[in-house]
Amino acid sequence: MTGTDMTGVGVARRIARGPAGAAIARPVARRARRVKRLKAVSLNAFGVLIALVTLFPIFWMISTAFKPSHEIYSLTPHLLPSHPTWANFSQVISGQVAGGIGGVWLFFRNSLSVAILTVFIASLLALLASVAVARFRFRFRTSFLIMLLIVQMIPGQALIIALFLDARPLNLLGNLTGLVLVYSAQALPVTIWMLRNFVATIPKELEEAAAIDGASGTRIFWRILFPLVAPGLVATSIFAFITAYNEFIVALTFLGQQHSDYTLPIYVQYFFGRGGAQWGPIMAASTMYTIPVVIFFLIVRRRLVGGLVAGAVKG
Amino acid sequence: MADSLQHRAGAPLPLPTAPRGPASFRSRLAVFTRRHKLAPYFLILPALAGIALVLLWPLIQVIIYSFQNYGIQQANGVLPTQWVGFANFTGIFRDPEFWLALRVTVLFALVVVPATLIVGTIVGLMLNRLGKKMSIFVSTAALLAWATPPVSASVLFYWMFDPDGGLVDWALNKMPHWLVGNSNWSQFNWATTNATAAYTMIAILVVWQSFPFIAVTVLAALKTIPGELNEAARVDGASPWRSYWRITFPLIKPIYLVLLLLSVIWDFNIFTQSYIITGGVGNSNEFNLGLYIYDKAFTFPPSFGLGGALALIFVLILLVVTFGYVRSSVKQGALT
Repeated sequence: MTGTDMTGVGVARRIARGPAGAAIARPVARRARRVKRLKAVSLNAFGVLIALVTLFPIFWMISTAFKPSHEIYSLTPHLLPSHPTWANFSQVISGQVAGGIGGVWLFFRNSLSVAILTVFIASLLALLASVAVARFRFRFRTSFLIMLLIVQMIPGQALIIALFLDARPLNLLGNLTGLVLVYSAQALPVTIWMLRNFVATIPKELEEAAAIDGASGTRIFWRILFPLVAPGLVATSIFAFITAYNEFIVALTFLGQQHSDYTLPIYVQYFFGRGGAQWGPIMAASTMYTIPVVIFFLIVRRRLVGGLVAGAVKG
Repeated sequence: MADSLQHRAGAPLPLPTAPRGPASFRSRLAVFTRRHKLAPYFLILPALAGIALVLLWPLIQVIIYSFQNYGIQQANGVLPTQWVGFANFTGIFRDPEFWLALRVTVLFALVVVPATLIVGTIVGLMLNRLGKKMSIFVSTAALLAWATPPVSASVLFYWMFDPDGGLVDWALNKMPHWLVGNSNWSQFNWATTNATAAYTMIAILVVWQSFPFIAVTVLAALKTIPGELNEAARVDGASPWRSYWRITFPLIKPIYLVLLLLSVIWDFNIFTQSYIITGGVGNSNEFNLGLYIYDKAFTFPPSFGLGGALALIFVLILLVVTFGYVRSSVKQGALT
């Protein structure tokens, strides 16, 4: 169908070029323009459709969170709450739900501290390592890079048994320290690969000039390399943050019944798993878990896409 | 001091003026580092230590456990650990649950990987042709699906597919019967009826969450193709379908290889979604490999040996795919 339209445009052009075809060119060209406009409209309509379908589940989560329970279980679902209420949110915040293991802010704080610490540790270690692989040629450099590619593929389910048994004697179960250590290491392979691409784009002459002027290695690192690689650090920090904020299996295994140390995903899962189908409060809890990431993503969208693509296409 | 100066003179980089007074430990360390070209090793050391402790050492331990009768008593030191040879492996291969879980995992990947790649490609091609504002709008919407934490997304999809008040069963009942077959969808329980229903739901969820990454990557690859190529094909009367397969696809094929391998690995590793939707490790009819490993290792009585053997089988399957991924990355000059 579109194929013939395409040919139509080509024919119209070819005819319009020849002087003999000038008479018939006008109606054909007009038709071609109309076809073109129609295609633009349908393309945009398709785009809007995709966007709406993609956004719908998130919309439904938020909509449910604001519905009173008789609207949630009504036989004909309504798109928007007819009597919007904060009740679900206040229940989640005060912690009367989910077996009273605590208010949502507690788990929010746990998740946030784990994620922020992970970002700092992973970024620092990854920056050092990425400078090494981007700036120096040394033995085992290639092996190191290939090792990173391989270890990032090892799934958490495969390692969780050993991690659990190692963490037990070290008192890293049932607290957040163990999680920070595991997440930092898990984020490293990808962050090193991403940062390596950023460091490689910085002209080496800058560092050499500073070295000639007598700056020490540490000074060159902090004063020259660090500011230039900052955009890359933003991208890798987002990656590390998301890794820690979303992680499930290690937190599930390490935290066990230590409710006060639950991170948000474990809290939401625990609440959901207790049954009772309290969809209003559960959706309120997962909205509160999801919205910060969503807002964060909207703010850093551009950098993120650039960083992701740098990691995916070159890595 | 003089000695160190001499060595410094032979160092590759131009040097700062010599420090006054006796050489401090720091400056001597700097000289040593430079003389032996140790800087890169110091720089990768912390990262390497972290990776070794949290990723490599546990992998070695898993291999060791897989040949032992390691359980909770052995972990607590009550009973001695014994080597059992391949007993864990033969036990697994004789367990019908393992073959079921493997089947679920492979079938799931066989459906979800192509689905994700096709949807992602269509959206990527569309983003490339949309106007700037529209393109930003659609890609932002897609990224939000990608950004939704898996736990939130799983709970949310469970609710949408819930038999009591869920949207999907209600919508299916409203649809014409010739389209959706079965006459009565109300009270159809997607999560617990059988593995097919549960993994259909998980497949939709996973495609929803992972197509944006494919779309954005395909879009970035499309931007590198000069517009004249497709323009020329269009003028010559090639259909979009034909120009995609003859021009676009061959040019971005290396990226597809990476995306394909990454998708296979990700879809093999599905755990969070299946754990939440099929109800943890309680429902052995709906295990995939991840859940099966977790169940063997942690459901009482825990058998870390069996779990380790399973984890090893899992890693070996993935290594085959990973090998392809590494090879294609190296071929594309990722290591230079």
